[in-house]
Amino acid sequence: MPTLPGVHLKDEIAKISHRLMELGRGRHLDKAVWDKIELARHPKRPYTLDYIDHMFAGFTELHGDRCYGDDAAIVGGLAAYQGRTLMVIGHQKGRDLASRTVRNFGMPRPEGYRKAQRLMKLADKFGIPVLTLVDTPGAHPGIAAEERGQGSAIAHTLLCMAKLDVPTVAVIIGEGGSGGALALALADRVLMLENSVYSVITPEACAAILWKDSGEAQLAAQTLRMTSVDLTELEVIDGTLPEPRGGAHRDHAAAARVVKEALEDKLRELETMTPQQRKKERFEKFRRMGVWKENGLTLF
Amino acid sequence: MAQRVSVDISRRNGNSDDGARSCPGCRELLLPTDLSGNSMVCPHCGHHFRMSARQRIDLLADTGTWNEISGNLRSADPLEFFDLLPYPDRLEEAQYDTGLSEAILTGRAKMHKIDIVLAAMDFSFMGGSMGSVVGERFWRATEEALETRFPLVVVCASGGARMQEGILSLVQMAKTTCAVELLSEVPVPFIAVLTHPTTGGVLASFATLADVVVAEPAAFLSFTGPRIIEQTIKEKLPEDFGLAESHMKHGQVDLIVPRLELKDRLVQILGMLEGGVACALKPVWEEKTGLAGRGGALTQALNRIKAFANASRRPPQG
Repeated sequence: MPTLPGVHLKDEIAKISHRLMELGRGRHLDKAVWDKIELARHPKRPYTLDYIDHMFAGFTELHGDRCYGDDAAIVGGLAAYQGRTLMVIGHQKGRDLASRTVRNFGMPRPEGYRKAQRLMKLADKFGIPVLTLVDTPGAHPGIAAEERGQGSAIAHTLLCMAKLDVPTVAVIIGEGGSGGALALALADRVLMLENSVYSVITPEACAAILWKDSGEAQLAAQTLRMTSVDLTELEVIDGTLPEPRGGAHRDHAAAARVVKEALEDKLRELETMTPQQRKKERFEKFRRMGVWKENGLTLF
Repeated sequence: MAQRVSVDISRRNGNSDDGARSCPGCRELLLPTDLSGNSMVCPHCGHHFRMSARQRIDLLADTGTWNEISGNLRSADPLEFFDLLPYPDRLEEAQYDTGLSEAILTGRAKMHKIDIVLAAMDFSFMGGSMGSVVGERFWRATEEALETRFPLVVVCASGGARMQEGILSLVQMAKTTCAVELLSEVPVPFIAVLTHPTTGGVLASFATLADVVVAEPAAFLSFTGPRIIEQTIKEKLPEDFGLAESHMKHGQVDLIVPRLELKDRLVQILGMLEGGVACALKPVWEEKTGLAGRGGALTQALNRIKAFANASRRPPQG
C-alpha cells in the first residue's frame, strides 16, 4: 500500500477496514471456539498415560534417547493389544504442580523427540504398528533445547515417521500445538477428538504478533481455524472422534473406548495394504495439503 | 571497492534518503554500492547484511543460467484470514515491496558450470514465511532434482510458518519432509545454506534434513523465537544465543562459510559428493570429455576417480 510522505493513515485504515470486514462478513466472536480450546486444555482431560491405562491390558514403558537423557514430556512403550503388540508414543502433561514440572507441561525437549524416533525405529524393525497421541502446547522453548538442536530433532522425527513401513495412526487428544505436535502426527491416519485443537501457533502468541495485543486471543483462535470441524474442511485430518457428553474429562474410560474403536478400525484398513502402498498413500496425502493457485501471466 | 564517505553520522540516523546506512558491525557508513558490489558484505568488518532472493541467485548462479520453475504458483486465501489487514492485501503489499511472487524462488541454474536445482528464500517477503506455495515450490524443486539427477541447493531464510494460512502452513513441514524423503531414494546431493535468520518451521523441516548443512557467519538459527524464550526463562539471552557459531560449537551445523566464498565451497562440496561411487550425478569429468555412457564398469569407476580428483583439485573460479 503506497503512502504519501508525512501521511500516516495506514494504521487507521487498517483498523477501520478490519472493523468493516468484521461487520461485512458478519463475523463476531463465536463462543463455541474458545470453549473448545478451554476443553482441550482442561486440567482433568485424559492424558496419554490415562488412555494407555484404559486401552491396553499391559504396557511397558521404554525410556531414554541413548544420546543425552530421558524426557518425561514424551512417553512411549510397548502395549499389549488384542493378542499382539503396539508401539504407543505420546506427549504427557502433569496434573499437579509437581508432576507438571516433571512433565514440563507436556513441552518436549530434543531428547523427547529423539526417544520417539528410537522407539519408532524399534517398532519398524519388528513390524509393530505405531500409535501416537498428541497433546502439547508446543516444543520446549529454552536455550539448552536450542543448543541440542530442537529444530533438527523435530525435523528428523518427521522424517522418521515419513519413512516408516509399519502402519501409523495419530490421534490429537488435546492441544496440538505447532511443530512440537506435528512431529508426532505425520501418520497414515490422523484423527482428532471432537474437543481437541490443532494449530500452527497458540492463539495467544498469534494475537500478540499479528494483532499486537494478546487480548485478541479469542479472535485469533477463531481466525486460525483450529477445531476438528475446520481441519476436516481443510482436509488436514482423516476423521473426528466424538467425546462423551460434556467432554473427555467427564469420562476417561468412555473417551478411551472411542479412541480404541477408531484405532481398531483404522488399523484393519491399513493392514490390508502393503508397506509400499501405505507409504505412497501417505506421501500423496501430504503432498496434496495446502491451497494455491496456478496463474498464467501475472505482474509479479 | 571500499568507498569511504565522510558524513556527519549524527545527522544521519540509520537509513537515509540516498540509501546510505551504518553497518551494525563496525558503524562505518556504507553506500548502497559498497554493499551491492560486495555481495551485501560490509567491506570493513565483514558483517553479512541480509540478501534478497534475487541477489542470492545472482551470487550463486552463473550469469544468465537461472531458469525459474513453478513461478506461476500464487498463494490463495483458504482461511479468509484477516488480522489488522486481510491476507490478500498483505500478500499484495509484499509483492509490491519485494517484486517477488512468493517467499521462495525455485529454478534450474548452473553453478561454475555444474547443473543444479536452486531454491532461494527471501526474508523480506512476509518474513520468509512458509505457506502452501513455499511448500509446493519446494516439492516441485525436489521432483526436478529427482528427475534430472541435478543436486539441490536450498538457501534458507525464514521466520517460520505463515500464520495467515493457519494449519495449512504447519503441515507444509510434513510435506517438505516427505519431499526430502522421496529425494533420498536416489543419491542426489541436497545442500542447505542457512542464512540469517532461519527459524521455526523451516529450520524444523527441510533446512536441517539436508545432506550437508552450511551456515553463513552470524546467522541466527533457532526453532523458537528469541522473545518467547526470554519470556519463558525470564532472563536476557546470552549474546551469542542462536548464532551459527554457537550452533557450530554444539554440533548442529556442518560448516560455516563466509558469503564471498560460498559459491566456490558449494561447488567443491558437490564435487566431493560426486566422487562417491554410488552418487547418481553425472560426473563432471564425463561431461567435459563427452565419454558418458561408454565403457564398462571399470571405465565408469575410472571416470569417477578422475572426477573426484578433478573436483578436489579444481581451483576456485569466478
